Amino acid sequence: MESNLQLWLIPTVPLLGALWNGLWGKRSSERAVASVAVGAVAVSFLLALRAFFALGDAPYLESYFSWIAAASFQAHFNFYLDPLSAVMALIVTGVGLLIHIYAVGYMSQEGGYYRFFCYMNLFLFFMLTLVLAGNYLLMFVGWEGVGLCSYLLIGFYFRREDAADAGKKAFITTRLGDFGFLIALLMIYSTFESLNYSEVLPAAASLPVESTAGPLTVICLLLLVGAAGKSAQVPLYVWLPDAMLGPTPVSALIHAATMVTAGVYIIARSSALYVHAPQALFMVALVGGITAFYAATIGIVQTDIKRILAYSTISQIGYMVMACGVAAFSAAIFHLMTHAFFKALLFLGAGSVIHALGGEQDIRKMGGLRHYLPRTYWSFLIACLAIAALPPFSGFFSKDPILWEAYVSPYGGILFWLLGILTAGITSFYIFRLFFLTFHGHSKTAVATSSGIHVAEPAHHGVPHESPPIMTWPLMILAALSLAGGWVGIPALWRGGDHWNLFLAPAFRLAALPTEHAVSHDAATEIIFTLASILVSVAGIALAYLLYCRRPELAAAAAARLRGLHTLVLNKYYVDEIYRSLFVQPLVVVSRELLWKGMDAAAIDGSFQGLANRTRRLGDRVRRMQSGNIRSYAGWVVLGAILLISFMVGLAS
Amino acid sequence: MSFLLNCILFLPAIGALFLLAIPRQQATSLRRWSLYISLATFLLSLVLPFRFEPASAAMQFVTNRSWIESPPIRYHIGVDGISLFLILLITFLSVLCVLVSWNSVQEHIKEFFFFLLLLETGTIGVFIAMDLFLFYVFWEITLIPLYFLIGIWGHERRVYAALKFVLFTLAGSLFMLVGILWLYNIFGTFDYEMILRGIAAGTHTFSAQEEYWLFLAFFAAFAIKVPLFPLHTWLPDAHVEAPTAGSVMLAGVLLKMGTYGLLRFCLPLFPEAAHKLAAPVMVLALIGIIYGSLLAMVQPDLKKLIAYSSVAHLGFVVLGIFSFNQIAVQGAIYQMLNHGVSTGALFLLVGMLYDRLHTRQIRDMGGLATPAPILATFFLITSLSSIGLPLLNNFVGEFLILLGVLQERVLYAALAATGVVLSAAYMLWMYQRVFLGEAGAKQQTMPDLNQREKAILVPAVALMILMGVFSPFFLRKMDVATASLLDHAGRREIKVERHSPVPKPEPKQDAQLLGRISESAPELPATDFLPLEH
Repeated sequence: MESNLQLWLIPTVPLLGALWNGLWGKRSSERAVASVAVGAVAVSFLLALRAFFALGDAPYLESYFSWIAAASFQAHFNFYLDPLSAVMALIVTGVGLLIHIYAVGYMSQEGGYYRFFCYMNLFLFFMLTLVLAGNYLLMFVGWEGVGLCSYLLIGFYFRREDAADAGKKAFITTRLGDFGFLIALLMIYSTFESLNYSEVLPAAASLPVESTAGPLTVICLLLLVGAAGKSAQVPLYVWLPDAMLGPTPVSALIHAATMVTAGVYIIARSSALYVHAPQALFMVALVGGITAFYAATIGIVQTDIKRILAYSTISQIGYMVMACGVAAFSAAIFHLMTHAFFKALLFLGAGSVIHALGGEQDIRKMGGLRHYLPRTYWSFLIACLAIAALPPFSGFFSKDPILWEAYVSPYGGILFWLLGILTAGITSFYIFRLFFLTFHGHSKTAVATSSGIHVAEPAHHGVPHESPPIMTWPLMILAALSLAGGWVGIPALWRGGDHWNLFLAPAFRLAALPTEHAVSHDAATEIIFTLASILVSVAGIALAYLLYCRRPELAAAAAARLRGLHTLVLNKYYVDEIYRSLFVQPLVVVSRELLWKGMDAAAIDGSFQGLANRTRRLGDRVRRMQSGNIRSYAGWVVLGAILLISFMVGLAS
Repeated sequence: MSFLLNCILFLPAIGALFLLAIPRQQATSLRRWSLYISLATFLLSLVLPFRFEPASAAMQFVTNRSWIESPPIRYHIGVDGISLFLILLITFLSVLCVLVSWNSVQEHIKEFFFFLLLLETGTIGVFIAMDLFLFYVFWEITLIPLYFLIGIWGHERRVYAALKFVLFTLAGSLFMLVGILWLYNIFGTFDYEMILRGIAAGTHTFSAQEEYWLFLAFFAAFAIKVPLFPLHTWLPDAHVEAPTAGSVMLAGVLLKMGTYGLLRFCLPLFPEAAHKLAAPVMVLALIGIIYGSLLAMVQPDLKKLIAYSSVAHLGFVVLGIFSFNQIAVQGAIYQMLNHGVSTGALFLLVGMLYDRLHTRQIRDMGGLATPAPILATFFLITSLSSIGLPLLNNFVGEFLILLGVLQERVLYAALAATGVVLSAAYMLWMYQRVFLGEAGAKQQTMPDLNQREKAILVPAVALMILMGVFSPFFLRKMDVATASLLDHAGRREIKVERHSPVPKPEPKQDAQLLGRISESAPELPATDFLPLEH
């Protein structure tokens, strides 16, 4: 391994890009802004690549300077490179680079070009800090920072009330999760007296497995709260669908490929803690499994192309979280990577469609686009096949181990496998529903172009047209990755080298499963399981084909038949409304009416005011004693004398 | 070096006197002169941290001479790691206050700057006075200029607010005066260090009950100043009515007098009582955090919103101080500085908005990011600092406070951390309503920041980043002083010992230090007065 990798450069270069564009971008041409932003990400990608190839067996640490130091507490700026962070850095910079290039085309003529790229670069700075950090506190820096960039980018079209609302909702909901992270951070320090991975993780590994809830369980559950906020898991997922009001490249980069997977990363990073807290691990699996299934069901009936993808993202991250929950960390990260490829592709493809239709996002108003957008069509198809997990697409190789582990892992069980396989079926159904409605059938674009609801997106009119090459090239590269990206992890069962697991193994060495895991299932069982999952995926596609291509009237009939259920799911189970009327409204009303007007103004300030008034009245009365009337004064003198004398007499006796 | 500290203390006051000689028609000269004076004071104070010896717990830059022979009141001033950066905060904010009042104050310019400079001297005095009587004098001196600043240059209900502010503060400080006199009765001196030595050496003790009353007497003054729930109702009124510079000084400096007093006097002078009453005080602080945040959320007036957020922020500080944990206490001191910078900057920004729109009502704003993107950016960074975003200043303080408090009481830390979520809610909601959305017809022509305003805000924002990234430069200078103060206050057992299973020899050093102090302590003069109980 090289002695000095200068890891700090990887996040700092995008930061410089952000500063440059933030300070001078307004006066620069679009071309200059784009060159700076894309150039910064490209440099960062190359640096990450260099770090990746310099990777050795042991984690590589770089420490810079002290960030916080008070009394016995010390926290440094330090970076930590191991297979896990190296892979994450590559995903972030690699996918980030492609999306930046795409955005050069997508965002032109949009207004706020420099602002957009400033935020995007800033996001990469924080995201890379998050994945490369060498301690939990620095990870928290990235964690909060990406939340900030997400806020800024969701609200990019800040003149729109709903976009600004969505940004705020995202920030506050994820901050609820951050509350858990923060407390976990404090507890980690009070348990291990350090926040550095290099000290915390081995220390945790040397602790006994907690059979009842102890400090490790508490820490792990709190981290899960943080992960649920950032990765949009139940019950804190509500912000992600609204986040789709941001520009589409943002949805692709932040709300699909990178930031929202931070929760998976933090659980994988803390795997040494989790395997010693089996109860927490079970909760992780449960949250992941439920989220995967739940969000997928909502995806079936949505009509906004980006919202469908948003629920799909929630569901897929649920998969990854569930994989973590059954201690299949390497499988979770594998799926994280392939998902980054195909979900980014789906979003960029959707962006290309929206771009072509002048801002239309309702899939009911689309159709027949395969003739107009051939490149988008083919790349989109590859992404759909990947997410539907058909071999040999990448999703197959990453999803299959998760399902298998959900069943065989000592932390797994038939329940998780069932949740997983059901979700797989639903996934391939909803994604192909989207696909068929968008690209097949009859063209309804005449309706679309005239509606023009989404004024903020690029408004082009006329016949749908393919996007410029600067947008389609990233699509094609991502399509190649969605197809072949999974081949690095072909397991031994399929005569592959199992390279992925071997590569990541050092990162999860401290989380190695108990040895009794070796209860091996024979290859035949595994093959049957794999066939089952392929079958389910194909069934999903077939059903979508039947309902949305062959016999569209059947879909309408089914919706009519199940009207109640359909309405319930269409309205996302009314969770937003429930949260609003259960938490948000009462908090505001209680604060305003009871606390402010009742308590603060009336009770507290009122009593001080009353005290003041009484004092004034008393003073007024005393004032009247001084009437200027000699006789009255004489009377007071006599009264005083009597009192004084009787007091002295009393003392004497 | 003691000359330096005297210069810093009196330069603004002397400058204020010379200001009187400038004819009142020469508005620009008046402004320039005030700027030069405050700038010179700031530059002088910049020397302090570089000449400061961080390894020493003793007061530095000391002047200690007799002021009044009988009773023996001393002119005793000095700086330690606790007060060091608070001085810089005052001199820094004073410069910004002069600049921000450049155009917004048009009437009685001379008097305005006179009082502003006088306030600077008064507040510096509070933080460096090492004689209780001297402390009390400075404490009360600060009331007068601020009373006039609010009462003359304030908004509609200025007279009411100014009077309320003075009455509240005065009510508290009278208790403190009684406490100071009582201490004099026991120790025969007003000198803070001599009293502290007397307590440490055990030459003079007070009964537990006496200590309670003394603690409460001091506490009353400080708690009102902080302000601690439920004594906070003067603050929103004072902030709303004060001119921008008044709000900045009030939030940035005056409130810190309360927390500083708690730390400097209540803890080491009355450790038993402080320990026993720590729990209820921390509960009040917690209520302040949550209550202040919730009220901030529903305020229609920008300044009131920030005022209530101050109640929450200062709740953090008090929580940290009364945890008796060194990490938390250092966090609390840091948080005093942070709050001064961030909330000070917020008031500056609100002042700039007011200069443009002549309103503080949130509903009269909206969409301001379109006409004034630079103002919006500064406002955003300052808001983010205020809600504790990492790499900005507030995060460091809040984190240290929570970390220290968690070592002592897990539940308190968890409850306090809810303030982190709430602060994001009220600040971002406010930011959205003020800056995002479509700008109204009136707002569309609002000018963006001018050069003078940028010159005010750039240093403030730079400081937020500096204090968020390079915090050890500040924190390391507080280590020894805080440790020494907590030794007097009887710190809780240190549960966290980093990386060493073997206990550190630290306590021994402290014991030596203590011993040295008590050895070198001169014989206390016999008191002329008998303690009250006799």
